[in-house]
Amino acid sequence: MTTPLAEAPSLRNALGAVYAGQVSRAKAARGPLLFVATLQSVGILLLLRGVVDAGDGATGRQVVAGSTVLVVAFVALNLLAQRFGALRADGLDYYAALPVPASAVVLGTAASYATFTLPGAVLTGVTGCLLYGLPLAHLWVLVLVLPLAGASLAGIGALLGLLAPRPELATVAGQLGMSAVLFLGVVPAERMPAALQVVRALLPSSYAADALADALGPRVEPAALLGDLVVCAVVAGLSLALAAVAYRRAVRS
Amino acid sequence: MTGRPAPAAAPPPTEPTGPTELPLSTGSTPTRTAAAVELHKLTRSHRGRRGSTPVLANDGISLRINAGEVFGLLGPNGAGKTTLVRQIAGALRPDAGVVRVLGHDITADPSLAPRLLAYLGQDEPALRELPVGLAVETTGRLRGLTRAAARSQRDAVLDELGLATLARRPLLALSGGQRRLAQFAAALAGDRPLLVLDEPTTGLDPAARRAVWAALDRRRAAGATVLLVTHNVLEAETVLDRVAVLDAGRVIACDTPGRLKALVSDEVRLDLVWRGAPALDDPTVAELARTAVVSGRRWSIRLPREQARDALGRLTAGPALERLDDFTLATPSLEDVYLALGGRDSDLERG
Repeated sequence: MTTPLAEAPSLRNALGAVYAGQVSRAKAARGPLLFVATLQSVGILLLLRGVVDAGDGATGRQVVAGSTVLVVAFVALNLLAQRFGALRADGLDYYAALPVPASAVVLGTAASYATFTLPGAVLTGVTGCLLYGLPLAHLWVLVLVLPLAGASLAGIGALLGLLAPRPELATVAGQLGMSAVLFLGVVPAERMPAALQVVRALLPSSYAADALADALGPRVEPAALLGDLVVCAVVAGLSLALAAVAYRRAVRS
Repeated sequence: MTGRPAPAAAPPPTEPTGPTELPLSTGSTPTRTAAAVELHKLTRSHRGRRGSTPVLANDGISLRINAGEVFGLLGPNGAGKTTLVRQIAGALRPDAGVVRVLGHDITADPSLAPRLLAYLGQDEPALRELPVGLAVETTGRLRGLTRAAARSQRDAVLDELGLATLARRPLLALSGGQRRLAQFAAALAGDRPLLVLDEPTTGLDPAARRAVWAALDRRRAAGATVLLVTHNVLEAETVLDRVAVLDAGRVIACDTPGRLKALVSDEVRLDLVWRGAPALDDPTVAELARTAVVSGRRWSIRLPREQARDALGRLTAGPALERLDDFTLATPSLEDVYLALGGRDSDLERG
């Protein structure tokens, strides 16, 4: 006797269910962390305002852009690495026993974390523009920057969490990644030593911060902006695809 | 209940319908009944940290679980029960052997298992922060239900288990027993024809435990098969049609609870609870000490009925009685079967 197989959910339905579940979970679990993430970025804005003049200088724009992207890194990179690290340690059986495509779990979870960066990132961007005398109207570019920065950093966060052999290592990796975004994102590239410029060029968050910093300037260069956003999109696609592969391997050990 | 289609119907376990597909060595129920799960020489080791010796968790296990029965795996911690069910659920690959679930080869393609069965692990950390209702709904949707059907099933299952008032509370905020019941509710979503449940009643109070047993009974009546891991003797004797007793990665017995107990029916268990040090100067006590299984201040001794009666008579008539807190004489339970079959130090639960 062979019993017919039940229909598996479509990718869209599975993605919707994972996303809805994760967003609800986040309301309980991540509210305080999001507050900390925003406070950290606003704190950096306030602190650096002591040494950076307001106006349309490149340094001020970079501080605002870097701090805004840092909120995304805190949640999408750091917290998501921790989440997948913990899931990999003792929670993947739940998903392993459900007919859910790997991509739905990775994308749904990553999307929910990315979503949760939005209020803090927008608040940080607005605060930064007000503090540093930058035009608020140019923040429209956040509509492009935040989803792409969120997707790319969430992809890296998921990958770190799924590849780390132990959950503590996932936490350390996530926090180191966030620190890199912090230190390399708020300072203009040309002010850094050559070695750090190379490291900076390897982080998708740098391109997101540069795109936002350019958009906050007096004149937006569409080609440069598009170039930065394309890098974020490519990194997002690659890292999320690799995370789905890592997830699939982790699920059936 | 709405939106809950009946699971695939299956014949009762005693009705022969077809030949056995795999050579199986354990179990004494007629083997020509349709099989829900067939395991053939299933072997799996756990690799520890680098340099440590692998532990053989399942050592060539062959079993057949008939469609429509409530089948139990009984054994102490570390016997290999969880490793076994994780392989059936497709969450763990066997080192060797074959797993067939409802006619499908899970070893060849583990991704088929989630489309055939619902699995409840010992804990579900993935659901920890979700509200109870959403945990059930999400699990149902991930088993392929539409959103409307998942919500309808959520309401029905929460009502059935008496969880409706907790629907909006996150699992994290519940007591251990309520949380376990909510996880069990999630396992029922999606109406799978096979339920694989790893200690579903651990931490539950008696009323919640009965609710779980009743829910399982209803699903069995509708044709579902249930594979239940337990280390609770009362649960095993109350709800299981057949039980496999596991010890150190092997099946040491497999039959109905009644027939297993008949193996030791000429024996009874004498339990003595000492107030302080046992009265070893008493010759009867000294004799019993030779075969007693000691657990703290409690001694358990299995012995033939006549001998037990005699020993108890001598104990209660002599000075040793002063040193006893309690004594009981009980007919054999599955725990006695386990010990009689050579099971080691038992940490089975009695109640």
